[in-house]
Amino acid sequence: MIRGSSALARPSPVIRCLGYAAALLLALPLPVAKAEFAKVEPRPLEFPADHGSHPAFRTEWWYVTGWLGDAAGLPLGFQVTFFRTRPDTPPDNPSAFAPHHILIGHAAISDPALGQLLHDQRIARAGFGLAEAKIGDTAVWIDDWRLERSGNHYRARIQARQFTLDLTLEIMQAPLPQGEDGFSRKGRDPESASHYYSVPQLRVSGTLVRNGATVPVSGTAWLDHEWSSHYVAQGAVGWDWVGINLDDGGALMAFRMRDAEGESLWAGGALRSPQGEIKKFRPPEVAFDPRRKWRSPRTGTEYPVAMRLRAGDTEIELQPLFDDQELDARTSTGTIYWEGAVRAVANGKVLGQGYLELTGYWRPLEL
Amino acid sequence: MTALSRTPALVLRAAVLEPLLANAGRVALSAIGIALGVALGAAVHLINDSAAKEFGLAVRSLAGEANLVVRGPRTGFSEELYPRIARMPGVQAVSPALEAAVPVKGKEESLELVGLDPFRAAQVQPSLMAGIGGALGDLFARDTVLLTPAAAEWLGLKQGDTFTIFAGTEARVLRVAGLLPASGYRQRLALMDIGSAQPLLERLGILNRLDIRLHPGTDPEGFRSALAGILPPGVDAATPEVEAERGAALSRAYRLNLNMLALVALFTGGFLVFSTLALAVLRRRRELALLRVLGVTRDGIILAVLLEGALIGAVGAALGVFLGQLLAGIVVRELGADLGAGYFSTLSVHLRSDPVALAIFLALGIAAAALGALVPAATTAATPPAIALRAGDQDRAQGRLSGSTPGAALMAIAAGLAFAPPVGDMPLFGYLSIALLLVGAVLLMPRAAALALGLLQTRHPLPAWLAVEQLRGRPGQTSLSMAAILVSVSLMVSMAIMVASFRQSLDDWLARVVPADLYLRSASGGESAYFTSKQQERMRATPGVREVGFLRNQTVWLDARRAPVSLLARDVDPSRPERALPLVGTWIRPEAGQPPPAWISETVQDLYGFRVGETVHLPLAGQQRSFTVAGVWRDYARQNGAICIERETYLRLTGDPLANDAAIWLAPGHDRARVEAALREQLRDAEGLEIVGTGRIRALSLAVFDRTFAVTYALEAVAVLIGLFGISVGIGSQVLARRGEFGMLRHVGMTRGQIGAMLALEGALTSALGILFGFLLGWIVSLVLVHVINRQSFHWSMDMHAPWLLLAVLAAVLITASAVTAVASGRQAMGGDVVRAVREDW
Repeated sequence: MIRGSSALARPSPVIRCLGYAAALLLALPLPVAKAEFAKVEPRPLEFPADHGSHPAFRTEWWYVTGWLGDAAGLPLGFQVTFFRTRPDTPPDNPSAFAPHHILIGHAAISDPALGQLLHDQRIARAGFGLAEAKIGDTAVWIDDWRLERSGNHYRARIQARQFTLDLTLEIMQAPLPQGEDGFSRKGRDPESASHYYSVPQLRVSGTLVRNGATVPVSGTAWLDHEWSSHYVAQGAVGWDWVGINLDDGGALMAFRMRDAEGESLWAGGALRSPQGEIKKFRPPEVAFDPRRKWRSPRTGTEYPVAMRLRAGDTEIELQPLFDDQELDARTSTGTIYWEGAVRAVANGKVLGQGYLELTGYWRPLEL
Repeated sequence: MTALSRTPALVLRAAVLEPLLANAGRVALSAIGIALGVALGAAVHLINDSAAKEFGLAVRSLAGEANLVVRGPRTGFSEELYPRIARMPGVQAVSPALEAAVPVKGKEESLELVGLDPFRAAQVQPSLMAGIGGALGDLFARDTVLLTPAAAEWLGLKQGDTFTIFAGTEARVLRVAGLLPASGYRQRLALMDIGSAQPLLERLGILNRLDIRLHPGTDPEGFRSALAGILPPGVDAATPEVEAERGAALSRAYRLNLNMLALVALFTGGFLVFSTLALAVLRRRRELALLRVLGVTRDGIILAVLLEGALIGAVGAALGVFLGQLLAGIVVRELGADLGAGYFSTLSVHLRSDPVALAIFLALGIAAAALGALVPAATTAATPPAIALRAGDQDRAQGRLSGSTPGAALMAIAAGLAFAPPVGDMPLFGYLSIALLLVGAVLLMPRAAALALGLLQTRHPLPAWLAVEQLRGRPGQTSLSMAAILVSVSLMVSMAIMVASFRQSLDDWLARVVPADLYLRSASGGESAYFTSKQQERMRATPGVREVGFLRNQTVWLDARRAPVSLLARDVDPSRPERALPLVGTWIRPEAGQPPPAWISETVQDLYGFRVGETVHLPLAGQQRSFTVAGVWRDYARQNGAICIERETYLRLTGDPLANDAAIWLAPGHDRARVEAALREQLRDAEGLEIVGTGRIRALSLAVFDRTFAVTYALEAVAVLIGLFGISVGIGSQVLARRGEFGMLRHVGMTRGQIGAMLALEGALTSALGILFGFLLGWIVSLVLVHVINRQSFHWSMDMHAPWLLLAVLAAVLITASAVTAVASGRQAMGGDVVRAVREDW
């Protein structure tokens, strides 16, 4: 188990080099994507095809976050993510080992009893069926890490160093297209955008193996699937993002892109009622107000771990499950950010649970 | 009991220190002998050990935390094996790799290029990947490599520089994306992304190495047997330990040889102590007897003489250890750690200090000297003091050294041991045989000396008669001197014969294996360059070319524990194979219906037990193919063994029409230079092309040979030097011991000149006889060296050649030196009042 700051601050050489690798892969030249990367342009989403991989785009991710409880009902946060990224190499390499796509896997457990994240990652070039991101429907894997959609559920299996997750995520609601029919702008420049949909209110059941003990777990999760060739707009250093599964069956997503001064460059979001009505938020309608900051003892980075979120006429407090949910992903995506389980509270009443993501507080994020 | 027996300090002074100081010159020579032996032994050991450890580390760090390493022949195996193995139960990670030795423009030697998947490598080989850092992203460009510091230094390159390699028929420019940290690798390596390496080396779909890391708790041996089921023929899995062992085994025989040579130097050093002390003790018989009369016990005397030897040894060995460390440092810095043999040339070795080994060498030095003192000590102590006190006893005491049965028995055992098989690929019994031969010969020396002197019948002139009589009258002392000469001369002769045999055999061999006029290589060194069929056609069609023989150079794995065997596909006429190959022994032509012929090198015969006439299976292009062993040939070029098959057969079985080398015979009347120019014109598209004449190949090969044997020569020279010390010490001290006798001779009317002539003759006779027996023994030892040690170490045979001229010159020098030493010592002995010395004697 990783304990204390030294272990996290000084990762092993393997991890370090992976980190550099990933940092380089993701920190691709910022100027407009080259012609060979597909452009994000408004179009309606098509399922199941859009569940699958979109190899023409530079980056893509399937991002599952959620809350779990064991038999005793103790809450845990969990995160399972697969990234796909395309290095800027000539596409005409005939070798089966040509690095056309690099896949990165992330998995983390947020356990309040532990006070910090349990985290592991994988990185591999796509190929030989050992690591792939399938076209046509969600099926992405790196060795024995796998996320797959079939019928009315997703299945996530992760064998991390310190835990094993085997989860079935039952799809209870239709996908929620973000932005305009899934065309989600990230800045004033229309090129800075992604194709983006969420699948909220996933009903989770499965097992978590930790310290040799297998524990049945159940809970609620949220899946984001997003692909883009130019995600971070000029001048943006990071974003705040939140996805909440509301207890009444509704779903709330909000994000904002921040500039170096911490001001919003762009924002957006959506609230879907239990009845399926979708309310979309324009940039001025979304505001994140830091309520409490927490400084990481390992990196010295300060994160607004408690926020007041205003989205349209909805106002809620975001309260972290615990403060130290900083994720050191220098080792895979090349950055350090805060990715934590939060409760949505209004007037002292818990309205729902979800995840808050705070990027770019450590260093400006380059994607 | 007197006070003396209770006063060891006094005994020490009287019996140990005083005599040492009195003979300071000779004692110093003995100590230097020991020092040289220890220094050489320690230096050779330190260098070898550092190199071997470095090699082991390098192999291990390359394998990283892998539990198993799968390797294929040079042709590699299908990359489909990679996902198959990665999916096997128990597998945690598999790192695929494509390795090749690539020729580098402007370099004779090749560069080891390793294509790998950095992400997979990081799972298995953390040390390889440590510190790659930011350069990893650059690796995805098609033409970039990372260099180890050793490679960067060798190529003289830094980050951002470019260099040219040859792959296929083309020259390719590679860019240095960065250097690996100095803490990681010491080999010369260039790392490349495997996705770039495959197309670069024109090996799409091919891998030749997989490093497998198993889940904790998976049994590697069990997994290995499961793996064996899916590996194609010629592809094998071994543990990293076996990998390291395989690398170490390659140079082990060579390293052992050097260690043995160093020990020979130490042995001669010990012998030097023996002759010094034996004579010193003889001269001091009366003093020592006096000590006994005064109450010192026999054990006390033995102890005193042993101590004397040990003291000489300690001083010499301490000096030797110091010198050895110094020498090793200089050699590694100036010449590199491979001692000229090329085993570790791609490795930059740092000298490791090894206190345990140094302590052992210190002890060995002392032990050698103490052993040398043992016989004289025992002899002295065994004589009753009353007899020893009498004059003229000196020679009677030497009777103990003579006795011919033990010597003959040792020689017989030595002869038997020469026929024993190697122990773990090392000719241990061969070395033991030589040691016993030497000891046996020394023990036989008195009898042989008496026999030889008995044959000499001279009455005139007077000095000659006297000289012979003198020698005959003192067989003990005479044989002692002769033994000293015998040992050094025999070692010198045997090594000279071995080296000459090897060099001559190599020269003859080169003449047979390099019969054509011109040789074309697709690139110098490496394995990635070749000639295409079209280029081969153009060569044939070049005016002035009468005949072209093509060679395809591949490897096959016959045993995972051994290095791969070279597979040579070339044009050989099965009915006249001796025209193309230097065959030894009988050969056959496979009959119709039998598998095609394969001619194996002696190494393959020795290591794999293949016999002429039997059918063997060779993994070719992923399948086991049958061949008939049609003959055995001598190969000095490939220590891991080589198998030659017909190119036609190779083409049929593999479909590979490429060739690495071509041998060209000129049509009569054509000028070599002109044909060479025409060939260059025809092969403009072969960018790494190298054309060499036969003479240059031979010169280069012999230069490599001489470089390899440079250390051997040096060790040999030291052994001879120590032997020369022994001779001069022996003769000199004998002469000095006879002061009284010279006085007597002068008394009865002999002139100084006559005495001088007598001494010169004595010296010359002694050394001539020693040399005679030394040549005889040396010839026997060289038989063991050539046919046992060499064959078992390197698995190749050679023909005996004696460098007569060199040996004759050496013999003349030795005889002259002995005579001169004797005369010079005689002058010294006759100085002062020799007549009074007569009185001392009574």
